[in-house]
Amino acid sequence: MADPMRIRAQAAGDKATIRVLMSHEMESGQRKDGNGKIIPAWHIQDVTATLNGKTVMTAEWGPAVSKNPFLQFTIKGAKAGDKVGITWKDNKGDTRSDEATVT
Amino acid sequence: MQTRRETLKHSAAVASLLAASGLFPQYAQAFEKAAFDAKTINEAVKAMGGAAPVESKDVTITGPDIAENGAVVPFGASTSLPNVKRVLLLVEKNPSALVAMFNVSPDVEVNFATRAKMGQSSDVYAVAITNDGKAFFAKKEVKVTLGGCGG
Repeated sequence: MADPMRIRAQAAGDKATIRVLMSHEMESGQRKDGNGKIIPAWHIQDVTATLNGKTVMTAEWGPAVSKNPFLQFTIKGAKAGDKVGITWKDNKGDTRSDEATVT
Repeated sequence: MQTRRETLKHSAAVASLLAASGLFPQYAQAFEKAAFDAKTINEAVKAMGGAAPVESKDVTITGPDIAENGAVVPFGASTSLPNVKRVLLLVEKNPSALVAMFNVSPDVEVNFATRAKMGQSSDVYAVAITNDGKAFFAKKEVKVTLGGCGG
């Protein structure tokens, strides 16, 4: 199981800015190891964001997203106390979900 | 009286409209492998269900002019266009152009930021695909001092 994400959700007016830092290697599939073999790609493939259990945003990522990916987006109508959930799934089928409260 | 030929033509047109509008939810969560394998901007946008993209002032891409480390280049993509379905972030000269795709819902603002790897100096594109399959882009040139793809 991968390390937890760091999620910060801050309400400003009638919307909330969500910042997520995920912990993932994001291997590009372009690099070679010491023996000249290509290291297979290993990256987060699907990202889902929920607000109080309802999906508000999904994303698909390729291997070109940086290691330990950062994501920022804005949810309309989110207020303090709401629960923001983020789930990712990588191309090896590993998955991780974390939740944060809007402040 | 409608001929059979006309009927077929219409149903084909309707089917392609439906496909373009993303009304088939079973496809929504499938990883778009074809798009991420695409080598050029136009191929990737097409695989994501958009027409050939046209430049638009209503799409904004933010990023550095010079990135010292190509492994971590911060980008932002946003648009003020209505009815946007998807936002794509692409780096033209990467081995696969498409970096990330965001599915937009009415509950979020079309304004995303993330960090990407860049192999070399290149034009970076933000593409917004609307519900009717039109695609609009903005581009920005980013110079990379140290590439982040090989090693």
